[in-house]
Amino acid sequence: MDLTLSPSELAFRDELRDWLKDNHPGREPTGDEAAFAFRREWQRQLHAAGLAGVSWPSEYGGRGATLVEQAIYNEELVRAKAPQAANVLALAMGGPTVIAHGTEEQRRRYLPPILSAEEIWCQGFSEPDSGSDLASVKTRATRHGDEWVVTGQKVWTTYAHHAKWCMLVARSDAEAAKHQGLTYFLMDMEQDAVQIRPLVQITGEAEFNELFIEEARIPHGNIIGGEGNGWAVAITTLMHERATLAFGLQVSVQIALGELIEKARGARADGGTASEDPVVRQRLAQLLIEAEVLRLNAYRGLTAIMRDGVPGPEGSLGKWHWSEVNQSLTELAMDIAGPRAMLADDEWTYRFLRARANSIEGGTSEILKNIVAERVLGLPRMR
Amino acid sequence: MNFDFTDDQRAIKRTARDFLAARYPSAVVRELAEDERGFRDEQWQALAELGWTGLVVPEADGGLGLGAVELVVIQEELGYALAPAPFFSSVAATLLLVAAGSAEQRSRWLEPLADGSARGTIALWDEHAGWAPDHSEVEASEGVLSATKIAVPDAASADFIVVAGADGRHYLVLAGDPGVRIEAAPSLDPTRKLFTVTLDGAAAEPLALEPARIAHAYHTIVTALAAENVGVAQRAMEMAVSYAKERRQFGRPIGAYQAVSHLCAQMLLEVEGARSLSYWAAWAVDHEPSAAPRAASMAKAYASDAGFRVTAAALQVHGGIGFTWEHDLHFFLKRAKANAHAFGDARWHRERVVGVVVGV
Repeated sequence: MDLTLSPSELAFRDELRDWLKDNHPGREPTGDEAAFAFRREWQRQLHAAGLAGVSWPSEYGGRGATLVEQAIYNEELVRAKAPQAANVLALAMGGPTVIAHGTEEQRRRYLPPILSAEEIWCQGFSEPDSGSDLASVKTRATRHGDEWVVTGQKVWTTYAHHAKWCMLVARSDAEAAKHQGLTYFLMDMEQDAVQIRPLVQITGEAEFNELFIEEARIPHGNIIGGEGNGWAVAITTLMHERATLAFGLQVSVQIALGELIEKARGARADGGTASEDPVVRQRLAQLLIEAEVLRLNAYRGLTAIMRDGVPGPEGSLGKWHWSEVNQSLTELAMDIAGPRAMLADDEWTYRFLRARANSIEGGTSEILKNIVAERVLGLPRMR
Repeated sequence: MNFDFTDDQRAIKRTARDFLAARYPSAVVRELAEDERGFRDEQWQALAELGWTGLVVPEADGGLGLGAVELVVIQEELGYALAPAPFFSSVAATLLLVAAGSAEQRSRWLEPLADGSARGTIALWDEHAGWAPDHSEVEASEGVLSATKIAVPDAASADFIVVAGADGRHYLVLAGDPGVRIEAAPSLDPTRKLFTVTLDGAAAEPLALEPARIAHAYHTIVTALAAENVGVAQRAMEMAVSYAKERRQFGRPIGAYQAVSHLCAQMLLEVEGARSLSYWAAWAVDHEPSAAPRAASMAKAYASDAGFRVTAAALQVHGGIGFTWEHDLHFFLKRAKANAHAFGDARWHRERVVGVVVGV
């Protein structure tokens, strides 16, 4: 057991830290267009420094970073409060999927503009009637010669209005069994057959979109991983980098917790501080402990992957556990605010509301518990 | 970065798992639970032959001089097997002697402790003690102690007792001193025997007043206890999962129902969390002492809650059979709950995390 970083890992971290200190672009502007332009510029900066797609093989413009370096990368960007890269979905999911399942030609075509943020990607998986049960998607793809014609509806499509490409899972064979009739396409978003409607969420912002697809055209060559193989390709997308993304999530919790402790220390009108309250202290302590569990499990998960090639049991727990910790944290912030919790005058209101999605997005906690129960504990399948 | 045991540590774990499974089947645990002393000499001798009694004793004093990580490996397995043995109590006393024993105390006791021919224990709580394990009002006067200490583990079979006193002082008292009276106390956990120790002018030799070294010994002790609860909880979870696979109701295994399977998933979350924290705490005790106070209290707080919650959930999965004396589960629940309250409960350790450690 050795929980220290090696000299080369330390050097990587320090180099990255220095770079982030010198190149941090400051606060993100408000407004969707301005914020997106800012994120795109930030990604160009990262790319120019060789810091976009660090996990990708160097032959495709990545850095071939080790798992520990990827973990450090995710930790340090969050620690520096760096903006999100504009092409986050393609960097974390789309690109790795093309690397794993695409042809050499597809890799040469799609990967460079992902890294440079020239072509933004979005994800068309969920549908109004297909949330957790992804394999039940109804969006239909029919082949006409060298083209596929696609009709259907997608939802929760982040960045759809900025995107050039959509990772689209559609039913290409209505006769095949549920999981076999799916194909993973790259759909060009720049066509009239694709209509985008922003979906305003409980925070009032429109982070997501609905996609209405009416006879959109996709060339046959835009299939990733082969016709009828969409389920396996989609799973790759969903599983990718979950292990190292956990490092960014745990650091964001640590940072929020630090801010929450500062908030708790602030004086209240009655002269005391929330941090003196024994119940608040107990809850803060519990959050500090759970945040540490998130960090340690992420490291244990990484060790298991390096040793066995697959995440250990603790790796399956991270996203579920994180969502509970982040929700508890924002709930405590509201409780500390007292009557001011009725006002929406600081960012904790937003965080509190946004956190409600944590246990839904990227796999609901119920689905994640099913996965843990069935695949880790070997309990019988419910279906 | 490698959050895993070394080959040597893995070998210790394997040996411990096999040895304890062979020596402490349910029938033996039950027999010892009924027994007043709670273990047999030949069982203790076998632990000594494995080198466990000398684990934390420095090599120069006749031990193996291994660290908290190795101790945690063994403690987890002892919890998993629910092996009744005066091991933890004697290790706790040993750690305090190693930390702050006088030269004379060390040369008198460490070698026999290491080879298993002597055992110590630790008396923390005053008769009307509150939650704080580090609070005592006991003071020696002219070299003797008069006090009552409760919930002293394995006192009747110990050769000496390290008695915690006021202001962080500790004293070594011989169990056979005429001023010492040891009476069996009814204990929640029948697999670990507790005693009330009444001192009436008992001769007391002070340990050195070395607050930092003594605090470090306590970090090791609570980490070891947290690891024991990891093993207890792991075993209870395995029992529940295996029962959920075989028990059928309404025509299918109960583990196919999400109300049951999600309870099991929650057990895994808590077991793995407690495990991560206790391994980290052990590593910190050995290699990063500045992190040890935080890590040890985090591990103890979390493992105290997880130990009880997991065993209680395992009982729920078992339904009525889990509530019977005939089923072994109650022994695990009782050990986990008793451990949760030993050496500072979750509430006390959480307050340490937020107060002493983070400084809020």
